[in-house]
Amino acid sequence: MTISSLTRRTLLAFGTAAALVLSAPGAFAQTPPGVLIVGQIAEPKSLDPAAVTAVNDFRILMNVYDGLVRYKDGTLETEPALATDWTISDDGTVYTFNLREGVKFHDGSAFDAEAVKFNFDRMLDESHPYYDTGPFPLSFFFSAVEGVEVVDPLTVRFTLNAPYAPFLSNLAYPTGLIVSPAAVMQYGSDFGRNPSGTGAFKFAEWRSNEAVVVEANPEYWDGAPELQAVVFRPITDANTRTAEMLAGGIDLMVEVPPVALSEFQADPYTVHEQAGPHVWFLILNAKEGPFADVRVRQAANYAINKEAIVNDVLEGTAEVAAGPTPPAFAWAYNPELEPYPYDPDRARELIAEAGVEGAELTFYVTEGGSGMLDPVAMGTAIQADLEAVGFDVKIETYEWNTFLGNVNPGLEGKADMAEMAWMTNDPDTLPFLALRTAAFPDQGGFNSGYYSNPQVDELLEAARAATDQAERARLYKEMQVIVQEDAPWVFVANWKQNAVTSDRVENFALQPSFFLLLDDVVKN
Amino acid sequence: MTGYILKRLLSAVPVLLGITVIVFLIMAMIPGDPATAILGSYATPENVEKLNRDLGLDKPLVQQYFIWLGNMLQGDFGTSFALNRPVIDEVLERFNATLVLAGTAFVLCSLFGVAAGVISAANQYGWADKAITFVVLLGISIPSFFLGMMMILFFAVNLRLFPVSGMWPIYGARDLSALASHLALPAIALAVVATGVIARLARSAMLEVLRQDFIRTARAKGVPERGVIWRHALKAAMVSIIPILGIQAGFVLSGAVYIEIVFQWPGVGRMLVDAILKRDILLVQGGVVFVAACYVLFNIAVDVAQSLLDPRIKT
Repeated sequence: MTISSLTRRTLLAFGTAAALVLSAPGAFAQTPPGVLIVGQIAEPKSLDPAAVTAVNDFRILMNVYDGLVRYKDGTLETEPALATDWTISDDGTVYTFNLREGVKFHDGSAFDAEAVKFNFDRMLDESHPYYDTGPFPLSFFFSAVEGVEVVDPLTVRFTLNAPYAPFLSNLAYPTGLIVSPAAVMQYGSDFGRNPSGTGAFKFAEWRSNEAVVVEANPEYWDGAPELQAVVFRPITDANTRTAEMLAGGIDLMVEVPPVALSEFQADPYTVHEQAGPHVWFLILNAKEGPFADVRVRQAANYAINKEAIVNDVLEGTAEVAAGPTPPAFAWAYNPELEPYPYDPDRARELIAEAGVEGAELTFYVTEGGSGMLDPVAMGTAIQADLEAVGFDVKIETYEWNTFLGNVNPGLEGKADMAEMAWMTNDPDTLPFLALRTAAFPDQGGFNSGYYSNPQVDELLEAARAATDQAERARLYKEMQVIVQEDAPWVFVANWKQNAVTSDRVENFALQPSFFLLLDDVVKN
Repeated sequence: MTGYILKRLLSAVPVLLGITVIVFLIMAMIPGDPATAILGSYATPENVEKLNRDLGLDKPLVQQYFIWLGNMLQGDFGTSFALNRPVIDEVLERFNATLVLAGTAFVLCSLFGVAAGVISAANQYGWADKAITFVVLLGISIPSFFLGMMMILFFAVNLRLFPVSGMWPIYGARDLSALASHLALPAIALAVVATGVIARLARSAMLEVLRQDFIRTARAKGVPERGVIWRHALKAAMVSIIPILGIQAGFVLSGAVYIEIVFQWPGVGRMLVDAILKRDILLVQGGVVFVAACYVLFNIAVDVAQSLLDPRIKT
């Protein structure tokens, strides 16, 4: 046995391998023009808009389907889409929509009032023949709908059981997107893999764990899209997604991790940012323990250095939150609200006044979850800030599902504070579900900290019943002032969604709704 | 021999049944349920209860277990909640991908590991032995996911010689060369640790054989050194090397989980991690049972191979 013979053979093997590899250099660098490749964070669950709950899936759906209404570009206000106009009865319970004429689903069937009725009956009526194509986890967005009536082929009437101001906004949400009844009948519960809508792109192919491909719909009622096709690739690992973007394997990357942003600050990349309807907060247990005293809750708001959290922990991917309503709801947000300043001395004063110096706090932290940003690092920073003003903070960390199972039933007897984040489509949703007395966990709500203020309850009930937007705005603004003062939460951050595009992508903008709208995008 | 194989196969039945019980209980015991996972922030007790009922999870546990087991024995693994697709389709597709990755890595680590071990042993304390021992130590010490990330950074991002992730190109032909270019980095990253382990153990197995009388006899008869090492000694050493390969095959299979996540390889490991996080009970259960069954079968195959190689092992 001689070493030299082996070395020769090994060299030969390596040489062959290297030659094979080098024979195709650059093959992985270019993606075709006219085809946009999007790096998604996960495989979609389904392409049936009534069956999904994740922003990740919405990014695809919003390009394949339309709703009766949609959000105006760059806002969270509704404008006509498949409905051209509508009237609302004076008592706010009957909505009559006139539908757009001549619109066809991708499968060739016609969009009409029957199709609209089919969509909502499928979700809401347990005796509907296609109810079993569910489950429809977000159908409660439309639980106020008592009935849908076909007035004539191009007119449809919704009757609500009570005035419900967020109704239009919910129609613009993915759960309200209109699917082709013909396709549902044809594919049954497989519809989610064979979707058909009226949107700018039609479904072409779903290769499991590789890509969802959609192609331009040349007959789109709002003008054919510029792109020929869009490929959505699920790349769950954030580092790998970043590497794909750097290597040119994808043209558009969403949810760039804060630590990777610096990689993309220079040419040939563009970083897009857009504040959305998101708020990251700490639920404080207002029922028992130190936080039962409003002064201690305010002290927590003063003690936590939110600037440091958004700038250092989140690397500028969020802004300091002032109150319970995110500024992205421009019409309903109270711009006079100033965030609690970072003032540890004021916090110590308030704590001394309340006589809870050195109190022990149990703090629920999650490892990660929808909208939770960087919960462990943020939780640690918050712990340090609270300890600096004299609290003794004990962190308990849970995996997301377990965390929700602990927090949603209420913090009583378990914890003094918990991290939480919400992304909603209407300023009504979060405060209505999480700040009212009637939303205590035992009554099916999310008010896990048991905050109760009759005045806030009244304002929220009134805002839900009002159909005039200016009136609703006034009520929400008043509510925000009270809630900020009462401090049932520590208002921490409003996330700015981000995305990176390569220099081959033009006309791209993020939306405050967090949806990804691609019909005007160009790729060279 | 047929009797031996049959006996081994029969003994696998209680093992597999035990696995179904364990995986079912674990999924039932971990906190959080699919409805909470699906609903996320909107998971009120009321919504959770309704969705669990729609998903058929409101029945007693024992009943759920026997329904699941009965269906599975008839080949019906159920439908994944999170992917809305039959579990068996997903598992088979994903397992295929894992087999391609882990199989390639296993071939790589077996060939290079055994070869390195033999060369090391044949040149004990020589420079080749020292060099190999050093490289092997390095290989064993680097966590595979870290190595994978570094390989992506260097070979895919900087040099652009290989694609970053995935199994097939998004565009273009799905032929062998496309697969090979996607497979190269993850397979190597996955093989490195096992190569090191195999090399070390193969070296000591060889050293033990090389000290034996029949080797001296072979040398005395004038068999060329290469023949002594590769024909006489390696054949004898294989009896102790094959079980090592069998164990390493298990490590390669489980190590594939990290590599599949780093390289977005659409394999069964990544599937299970996603499924566990989403509380996709049927997919986890079906996936685990399937992988466990394959692993048990593989072990039986290793034992059979060993008994074929060494007549002293009773069949």
